[in-house]
Amino acid sequence: MGYPFPSHAKETVLLSRYFGDAAARTYDGWVKRGGYEGLKKALGMTREAVIEEVKNSGLRGRGGAGFPTGLKWTFMPKSVGPGRAHYLVCNADESEPGTFKDREIMRWTPHGLIEGCAIAAYAIGAERIYIYIRGEFTEPWAIMARAVAEAVEAGALGRSVFGSGNRIEVVLHRGAGAYICGEETAMMNSIEGKRGNPRIKPPFPAQSGVFGMPTTVNNVETLAAVPSIMMRGAAWYKALCLSSPKSTGTKLWSVCGHVQRPGNYEVTMGTPMKDLIFEMAGGMRPGRKLKAVIPGGSSVPIMTAEEIEDCPLDYEGIAAKGSMLGSGGMIVMDDSTDLVYQIMRLARFYAHESCAQCTQCREGTAWTTRILERILAGQGRPEDLDLLLDLADNMTGKTICVLSDSCAAPVVSGIKKFPEEFEAYVRQRRRAASSGSAPALAARS
Amino acid sequence: MSADSPASVHGAEQAPYRPVFVGEAKARLQKLFEQYPTKQGCLLPALWMVQEARGWIPEEGIAEVAEQLGLTPAYVKGVVTFYTMYHTHPVGRHFIQVCTTSPCNICGAEEVVKALLAATGCGELGATSPDGRFTVIETECLGACGFPTPVLIDNDFVESITPERVSGLLQGYK
Repeated sequence: MGYPFPSHAKETVLLSRYFGDAAARTYDGWVKRGGYEGLKKALGMTREAVIEEVKNSGLRGRGGAGFPTGLKWTFMPKSVGPGRAHYLVCNADESEPGTFKDREIMRWTPHGLIEGCAIAAYAIGAERIYIYIRGEFTEPWAIMARAVAEAVEAGALGRSVFGSGNRIEVVLHRGAGAYICGEETAMMNSIEGKRGNPRIKPPFPAQSGVFGMPTTVNNVETLAAVPSIMMRGAAWYKALCLSSPKSTGTKLWSVCGHVQRPGNYEVTMGTPMKDLIFEMAGGMRPGRKLKAVIPGGSSVPIMTAEEIEDCPLDYEGIAAKGSMLGSGGMIVMDDSTDLVYQIMRLARFYAHESCAQCTQCREGTAWTTRILERILAGQGRPEDLDLLLDLADNMTGKTICVLSDSCAAPVVSGIKKFPEEFEAYVRQRRRAASSGSAPALAARS
Repeated sequence: MSADSPASVHGAEQAPYRPVFVGEAKARLQKLFEQYPTKQGCLLPALWMVQEARGWIPEEGIAEVAEQLGLTPAYVKGVVTFYTMYHTHPVGRHFIQVCTTSPCNICGAEEVVKALLAATGCGELGATSPDGRFTVIETECLGACGFPTPVLIDNDFVESITPERVSGLLQGYK
């Protein structure tokens, strides 16, 4: 549902059905709503059968990369050797600008997430799950802590889950303010009590993950989708598809920025982007026109108003338009937005969050920010736009993780798709911006 | 993180340091050891315990954590300084973090910051108000972009703050 707004007719509510329903937060409330049946069913199946079901459902990672979930689980060693514990890490470090869906999943349906985690842990042979919750999420933390205690009390977690003999424990790990810890290998370092520097891959987490042991890292939304796949089957989930057969199920879209009803909307894969922005989220404020959309969190290329006209909301549809589904954090900007200023703010974000291991990222994000700042101050040089593009090229595909690429994406797409805005600053036609709510630009065709 | 609110210790740098890991806190740390296969795994939670008890993480706190976990103080300091939520100097009794990243920025977050700086008397970002009550900082994305502007005061996460709502918001924090 479009929490905090009522559900829209074009939504398919699966993960968000109980958003806003405080009674669903408790163990008993969750069980009354059919909760923990998926886990019980999974425990009666072989691990291989559980993985096969998830594989056949077509479920893909909802954290940003879109990797097939079931396939990821098959990378884990088949058996758990002595001294080779397996781990599941649930990525609840939601910090991608524009994204606020995992927060609502944890706030309203904590047991749905715990159930999904337990099914995944069973499938990959993990006895311990670390749920890495960002430090700022104080309320989701408190709700999750209560839910974990209830689940232990009820036997849904612990030494023998529902008497099956399978040990599954959950440890909540609190982050401490570092965007980069949402990157899976940085997250593993952070759990180990280290600085959150991403690791070079290979080795991949399934070979050597947290504490050097085989590990699978999945996003909150991905894991929360697993119980219903167990209950209703892969075929049912796979049929939730309106466009590309490679994108199945439902996706939560965190729509924010200049829309009249910002919120989390859950739709079947392939739903038109236009419906989401203009119907579900209520479109622009009166008198405003859509200028640009960042569809999948701040790390993906910007789309123009024209590009969203016929774009289906799925991995392939958005990729065909040169952007990415990412985390589903959709930042909508109307014609009052000073794009150059906002792109500078994003560059500053990445410069602030760079772990500084790789030169291209440490220097590139800061340099990009400085160039954009001087352009905004009316001191842009004619060669600055080419310099930004050259710099972006040096920041793409050359570092340990993709933070540096993520900084380059809005800069490159911004310059290529909205060149007049940058050129106008460089030509000093516009006064230096002093805030993000700078005077409205003339509406562009 | 415990349910206790962070202790208010503005000016604690003048008082002699009292160790955190004694009695009940020591027992809590022992319990944490069971949750990680290495003692080092408890580093982030142990640092949170120090900050909750003392309001920030002084050098003595770093040394204490290092000793408890079998690490060097230099190593612990390296970790403390990586994470922005750990305070390496004392802050106001109430620590206010305002999101100003793009989604909130385009909805007026910078105006909320200005209103907060004026209403708290902090004057500038990162500074503590003369009465020791508040410190205000800008923070990168708080993950509540649909509710601009989110503000985190100590452990209280508040949504949809506008400049008009600022003075009412601060009333509960003495």
